[in-house]
Amino acid sequence: MAGFLDALLLQAGYNAALVAIGAALLGFAAGTAGTFLFLRKRALVSDAVAHATLPGVGLAFIVMVSLGGEGRSLAGLLLGSALSAFAGLWLVEWIARATRLSEDAAIGAVLSVFFGLGVVLLTVIQSLDRGRQAGLEDFLLGSTAGMLLQDALIIAGGGAAVVAVIWALRRPMTLVAFDPGYAAAIGIDTRRVDLAMMALVMAVTVIGLKLVGLILIVALLIIPAVTARFWTDRVERVLWTAGLLGAAAGYVGAALSASAPDMPTGPIIVLIAAGLFALSLLCAPRRGVLAAILARRRFQARVHRRQGLLALTRAEPIHDPVTLRILRREGLIRADGVATDKGRAQAAKIARDERRWDIAREVHQDTSLTGRYDGLTPIEEVFAPDEIADFDARLGPPQPVGG
Amino acid sequence: MTAETLTLAASGGTATPAGLDPSSPLAVRGLTVSYGEKPALFSVDATFPAGAMSAIVGPNGAGKSTFLKAALGLIPAVSGEVRIFGAPLAASRDRIAYVPQRASIDWDFPTTVIDVVLMGRYRKLGLLRRVSKAERATALDALARVGMEGFAERQIGQLSGGQQQRVFLARALAQEADLYLLDEPFAGVDAATEKAIIEVLKSLKEQGKSVIAVHHDLSTVAAYFDHVFLVNVRAMGEGPVARAFTPEALAQTYGGRLAATQLAELALTTG
Repeated sequence: MAGFLDALLLQAGYNAALVAIGAALLGFAAGTAGTFLFLRKRALVSDAVAHATLPGVGLAFIVMVSLGGEGRSLAGLLLGSALSAFAGLWLVEWIARATRLSEDAAIGAVLSVFFGLGVVLLTVIQSLDRGRQAGLEDFLLGSTAGMLLQDALIIAGGGAAVVAVIWALRRPMTLVAFDPGYAAAIGIDTRRVDLAMMALVMAVTVIGLKLVGLILIVALLIIPAVTARFWTDRVERVLWTAGLLGAAAGYVGAALSASAPDMPTGPIIVLIAAGLFALSLLCAPRRGVLAAILARRRFQARVHRRQGLLALTRAEPIHDPVTLRILRREGLIRADGVATDKGRAQAAKIARDERRWDIAREVHQDTSLTGRYDGLTPIEEVFAPDEIADFDARLGPPQPVGG
Repeated sequence: MTAETLTLAASGGTATPAGLDPSSPLAVRGLTVSYGEKPALFSVDATFPAGAMSAIVGPNGAGKSTFLKAALGLIPAVSGEVRIFGAPLAASRDRIAYVPQRASIDWDFPTTVIDVVLMGRYRKLGLLRRVSKAERATALDALARVGMEGFAERQIGQLSGGQQQRVFLARALAQEADLYLLDEPFAGVDAATEKAIIEVLKSLKEQGKSVIAVHHDLSTVAAYFDHVFLVNVRAMGEGPVARAFTPEALAQTYGGRLAATQLAELALTTG
């Protein structure tokens, strides 16, 4: 626990501090870039892009070794991964456009073929006797063991560039995701905006390869965005909330893995992000699962209460146990089912509102207004006090009801 | 396909822009659009008048929406010329406002009513500028014109179909354009909304703007519109409603799909 706190406060050593800051920056970039991917409903494309990086890593290594190097230059490996990710993306788009196959089929095919090719290349490289191939497989699940300042600077620089471009393109990307037809009509080149979005995703994937690995980077792109969606109904807030959630997951996950021996950083970061997602899924106001259950129960209670009071106005017996329980709980009826004073008063109010609605329908021959007579909406929400006073003037004095 | 129709397509494709009326808000010549091998529109000519309300009328699948989309460059045309106030499309984007069909929208998208209306200002805002008070005021004013000023902060999924259509119209109004293109603006909306929309469109016309709408309700064409363009893959007639919206022209456009009694009723409403 003390180790975890030290790591959180960046006191757990130089390497751990670098990793934590790098992971936070990567999480922010991934959360923001993933937001538009999620809103454009193309989350799976990022999976194909990520898996398509692997053959590029292998090929870049082979090229660098054959040119006489060690094959360990991170910039070189990332360049290779970016090129093959682009090839994979282009292939997905081409298959979807040129054939009758849908995009998800194209994604499945490209993802597995590129990944398979990458694994074959890595196996071949391991049998080679040249270069220092150890560590290439870290690109699969990420590794923080040998993180250098240079690696952190690549993440910081790349992440900042990604976030800046997203900020600049937030309007066209929002519009293309929401209403591509309208976007094109006001002169936005939707193809180029989509291309820019995928380029951002590719950039995040490539700079995240070393830290999180290609298999799990998709989680860091998508989970913060869907988590943020639980909390707000506005694109820009989803965007920055997703960035902050990604950063928090990256930072806390890195600190946690630094404080425990042999805990893999990438998977821990993803699990932290998933924890935030689960928490939001349950607890978010309005969109969360608990909120939905509560809202349904409140609605059910309102319906029963209303039906019970209507039965009271007509002096009918109530048999439904749920209705009885709700009326008793609110003190509207006694234990033996007879209406209390409060219950009679509320029933009288409901009976009067029913007659007010009758008048309202005569006065306002407007279906959009009287259509709101759904039995549950209080008349005070539909008509102004002076209008209701007018209905009452036509009704005469309140009448007592039996009960 | 006969040689004659092939030459028609060729002549449509090579028509000179000089032949298109530069005062017309939307003029097309020889417009052919095809999905696969089957043409959705074939060598269509049309010239819409400025400062008027025009209806695009035709049966289902006749290419009405396709016509609007091709005129806006949203789908590629096989051949044909499109001129907006005499200028090519790319030079006219600032003068066109478009209200697409509601069906294609994801209503759970995280955006509020005011944000949707502000999308109408994106061209003028550019990429980097913040939304100023004046821009927001323009958007709120557009909302007020469609009677939705009290709904600015609602998420769009919480609106009724008619209210959603009003918001899309407000977004088009916020563009402050000269030509308004609407794709079935009255489809699936309540009577009050239809009335509100037509009032707004009439006020646009009074300001000298041009309105072109795909319209499917034949019984209201005469009441709402000045000019009508009849289409069923090919152009079937155009002109002032009193002259072009005749039972004969409709029978030709719709083939056997309109009952004789419907045509007789329409003749009464237009007569």
